[in-house]
Amino acid sequence: MIPLSHYLLVSAVLFGLGTVGVLISRNLITILMSVELMLNAANLALISFARWHADPGAHVFVFIIFVVAAAEAAVGLSLVIAIFRRKNTVDVDELNILKG
Amino acid sequence: MDFAVFWIAAGVAGAAAINLIFQSKPINSVLSLVVVLFALAVLYLQLSAEFIAALQIIIYAGAIMVLFLFVVMLLNLNQDQFGSNRKPGLRSFGVLIGGTLIIEISLIARAFVSSSPTDGQVVAAEFGSVAQVGRLLFGEYLLPFELTSILLLIAVAGALVLAGKREEAQPPEERS
Repeated sequence: MIPLSHYLLVSAVLFGLGTVGVLISRNLITILMSVELMLNAANLALISFARWHADPGAHVFVFIIFVVAAAEAAVGLSLVIAIFRRKNTVDVDELNILKG
Repeated sequence: MDFAVFWIAAGVAGAAAINLIFQSKPINSVLSLVVVLFALAVLYLQLSAEFIAALQIIIYAGAIMVLFLFVVMLLNLNQDQFGSNRKPGLRSFGVLIGGTLIIEISLIARAFVSSSPTDGQVVAAEFGSVAQVGRLLFGEYLLPFELTSILLLIAVAGALVLAGKREEAQPPEERS
């Protein structure tokens, strides 16, 4: 059987790549997708710990994370559409109205 | 055999994730994320989480990614209008932070696993099946499960308010 640390390593790499995507991407949609990638990395860690401790409760938790991800994608993408209607761009470097 | 499947799935997931963040066209990023989700579904199957693997493909790759694809096509962002990434300073900063994070989490995972005494447990054949997870969902975890429906309702209402059709760029008193 494959050791737990292998799965956790994959999870860590995916989470780190998601962080890199959030930090370096200029496109709002790519940033949202990187957040989805980080959620999936957390899901992988949960599932591998569930297998390790033989406790299926984490599967319920992952199910709820799916629902949260769906809600996040729906609200986030409608925000993207609203911003695009107003500003005609989804480039985060252009969206500096808060002087951030 | 197990290891071969694991390394292929993990390699595909990592390569597609790297492709996701360094692509300049959003549509290629969406399709790379679909590949990552399928590779993760293979890993879930290896961890005997059949129900979650099926949900991953049906809900995530099927429904959520179609939503992303739909918005990318609706906004017609397919042309390369951004160059690839942000300013060079910010970009190397992001790679530095992300690399540090990956190394840190890997080290923590390694230390945790080597200090934990439990070995992988043998699970029953029905572990992670629809029946078992369904019994948990409608039994012990009924309240959180019902709360997710309220969350989805709020998300639908929020999406309608934010993206619904309206006359913008007019002050409120001119609205009919």
